[in-house]
Amino acid sequence: MKRAKIFAAAARLAVYLAALITLGALLFIIGYIVVRGVPHLTWSLFAWRYNSENVSLMPALLNTILMTTLSLLIAVPLGVSAAVYLVEYARRGSRLVRIVRMNAETLSGIPSIVYGLFGMLFFVNALKLGLSMLSGALTLSVMILPVILRTSEEALISVPDSYREGSFGLGAGRLRTIFRVVLPDAVPGILAGVILGVGRIVGETAALIYTAGTASDTVSGIMDSARTLSVHLYALSQEGLYLDQTYATAVVLLGIVIVINALSSALARKVGLHHG
Amino acid sequence: MDKFTIENLDLYYGEFQALKHVGLSVPEREITAFIGPSGCGKSTLLRTLNRMNDLIEGCRITGSVLLDGENIYRGMDVTLLRKRVGMVFQKPNPFPMSVYDNVAFGPRTHGVRGRAKLDDVVERSLRSAAIWDELRDRLKKDALGLSGGQQQRLCIARALAVEPEVLLMDEPTSALDPISTIRIEDLCVTLKENYTIIIVTHNMQQAARISDRTAFFLLGEVVESSDTETMFRIPHDRRTEDYITGRFG
Amino acid sequence: MRITFEEQLRQLNTELLEMGALIEHAIQSASEALVHQDVKAANDAIAFDHEVDQKERDIETLCLKLLLQQQPVARDLRLISAALKMITDMERIGDQAADISGLVIYLAGKPYIKSLEHLPQMADAAIRMVSGSIDAFVKKDLVLARTIIAMDDVIDDLFDVIKGELIALIQRDAGNGEQAVDLLMIAKYFERIGDHAQNIAEWAEYSITGVHKGAEL
Repeated sequence: MKRAKIFAAAARLAVYLAALITLGALLFIIGYIVVRGVPHLTWSLFAWRYNSENVSLMPALLNTILMTTLSLLIAVPLGVSAAVYLVEYARRGSRLVRIVRMNAETLSGIPSIVYGLFGMLFFVNALKLGLSMLSGALTLSVMILPVILRTSEEALISVPDSYREGSFGLGAGRLRTIFRVVLPDAVPGILAGVILGVGRIVGETAALIYTAGTASDTVSGIMDSARTLSVHLYALSQEGLYLDQTYATAVVLLGIVIVINALSSALARKVGLHHG
Repeated sequence: MDKFTIENLDLYYGEFQALKHVGLSVPEREITAFIGPSGCGKSTLLRTLNRMNDLIEGCRITGSVLLDGENIYRGMDVTLLRKRVGMVFQKPNPFPMSVYDNVAFGPRTHGVRGRAKLDDVVERSLRSAAIWDELRDRLKKDALGLSGGQQQRLCIARALAVEPEVLLMDEPTSALDPISTIRIEDLCVTLKENYTIIIVTHNMQQAARISDRTAFFLLGEVVESSDTETMFRIPHDRRTEDYITGRFG
Repeated sequence: MRITFEEQLRQLNTELLEMGALIEHAIQSASEALVHQDVKAANDAIAFDHEVDQKERDIETLCLKLLLQQQPVARDLRLISAALKMITDMERIGDQAADISGLVIYLAGKPYIKSLEHLPQMADAAIRMVSGSIDAFVKKDLVLARTIIAMDDVIDDLFDVIKGELIALIQRDAGNGEQAVDLLMIAKYFERIGDHAQNIAEWAEYSITGVHKGAEL
C-alpha cells in the first residue's frame, strides 16, 4: 500500500514538473525577447522608409499585410470551393474525396524550404515572375491551401444534414442551399482555418526568401521583390549590426503572432458553442 | 378527388427492396396516417411523395406516383413539386437564422420579393401555425433559442409559407413533450380544412385521434388501408389487429 | 408483448366467470326456495345478491382501469366495453333472483294453488342461458352466443303458458287471485332474467364481431 502511495505522489510530482518546465520555457523565450527588445522599441522603427541608418520595420510590416491579403485572395476561394465540391457534390467517402484528403495531409507536412525551392523553380524561374510579391503569394497559397481546404471541409461537414434537408424540402436547389444555409453556418469554422493560414504566412521565412526576395522597401507593385516581417527579422540578424533593433522587431512579430493565436482560440470557442 | 394516387410502386436502395407493389390513394383535404413497425417503409414512402429520395445514392423506383393525376417522376420540376408538397421532419430543424428569415426562406426561394409582401407572408404563415402571438415580438431573434415545441410549429409555419397543397409530416411529435404534441395535433386538425396532410406516426392513439384514413405498412407492403374508425374498431387483417393492439411491433 | 395487459384480461375473464357462478347460484337458490317453500334458501339467494352487487363494482373498476392504462383498440376495446355492459345485466339478474326470493318468503306457509311445473323449467332455462352466454364471451364462441340469443324464445313461451294457467285459475275461483298474482310476478321476474341473459349473449357476440343486435358499433 505504502509503495502505491509513494508511486502516485512521485508520478504527480513528475507531471507537475513537466508542466512547469514547458510553461517556463515558453515564458523564458517570450520574456527574454521582450526584455531585450522593448527598451529599443522606438517610433523611428515605424518610419515609412527603410534605410541603413534607421532599420524601420514598417515597410516589412506593410509588405506582410499585402502578402497575406494576396495569398488569402488566391487560397481562400480555391480552398473553400474545393471543400464545397468535396462535401456538397462529390459522393461522401468516394475515391476522389479520399485521394484529395490524403494529398492535403501530405502537403501540409512538407517543410517550408521545399516550398521555397519549388516556388523558386516554378514561379520565379519557369513562369518568369522573378523574385516578387506575386511569386511569394503564389507559393504561400500553395502552402496554406491544405489547411484552408481541411478546415473548410470540417466546417462544412459539421453543418447538420437536417439543415440541408429542410432547405431541399422547401424547394431550394443545391446552390441556394449551399450559399444561403450551409456556408453561412460554416463561416466560423472556415474563418478559424483562415486565421491558421494567416499565422503560417506571418511566420514564414524560408519559402519567402527564395520567392519574394529580401528587398527592403515597401512594394509599389506585385511584381516587386519585397521582404515580410519575419524575413526582415532574418535579414537584420544576418547582418549582425542592429542587435537591439532586431530584438525590437522580434517583439513586434511575437506580438502579432500572439494576437493571431488569441483570435483563433476565441473563434474556435465560438464554433464549439455554436455546434454544441 | 384523390390528391395522390400511387400504383405498383417498388423502391430499391441498391439491392434492398424497401417498398413492394405499393398501391394507395390519398384523399385530398383529409389526414391520412401511415403506421407500422420500424423499418416497414412508411417514411420511405412519405419521402417518395416529394422526391426527397432523389437525394439518396442508389435509390431506384418503378411504378407511378400521381399528384392530381400528374406523374411526379416524369417531367415534373422538382422545385415546383416541393413547393406544392411540403415536409415537416421528425426532429425540428429550423435554420440557424432569425424566425423571420426562417419563414421567409421558402417564399424568397420561389421569387417573392419586397419587404411588405414578405412581412405579410410571414405573419400569415405564423398565424396558420398558431404561433404568431408567441413570436410576433421575437421575429428577429434566433430560431434556435425557441423551445422544441415552438421550433416544430415554426417549421410548420415555414412549410406553409410557400403555400403548399400537401403537408407531409414524418413523426412530427415524437421528439416533443405531451403538451406540444397535443397542440400540434389540434393544429393538424385545423389545417386539414385547407391542406391534404399525410402523417407518419408510431403513436397508435395519435393516428386514431386525428386521422381520417390509415394505412398499415409491414415489411415494405401496405397490408391494409381504410378509414380510421374501421381500422381501429374492426380491422380486416389479422396482422393489422395484432400490430395496433400492441401484440407485436 | 403486453404481459401485464394479458394478465389483466385473464383476470377480467375470471371475475366474470365468478360473477356468473354467483348469479347462477342465486337463481338456483331462488328456484329451490320456490319449489320447496324453503325460507332459508330464499335468504341465501338474497345474500348472493349482495355479493353480486359488490362483484359488479369490482369488475367495473377493473374495466375502467384497463381503459385508462392500456388505451385498448379493436378487439381489446370491444372486449372491455362489452364486459362493462354485461355486468349491468348480470347485476339486474341478481336483483331479480332476490325479488323472487322476497316473494317466496311472503308466500311461505300457505299451500300453493297449483303444482309448480313450468316455473322450475323457466329457472333451468335461465340458468343455462346465463352460464352459456358468459361462456360464449370468455371462449369467444360465436355459435354458442347465437344459440343462447335464440333461447330467450323458450323462456318467453313458458311465460305465456304460465300466464294462461294462472288466468284460468283466477277465473275458476276469485280467492286464488292473490297468490296467482304473486306467482305471475315471479314468472315475470324469470322472464326478465331470460331477457337479461339474452342481452349478455348479444354483448358477447359484439365483442367477437363488432356487431351488436345487427348494427355495427
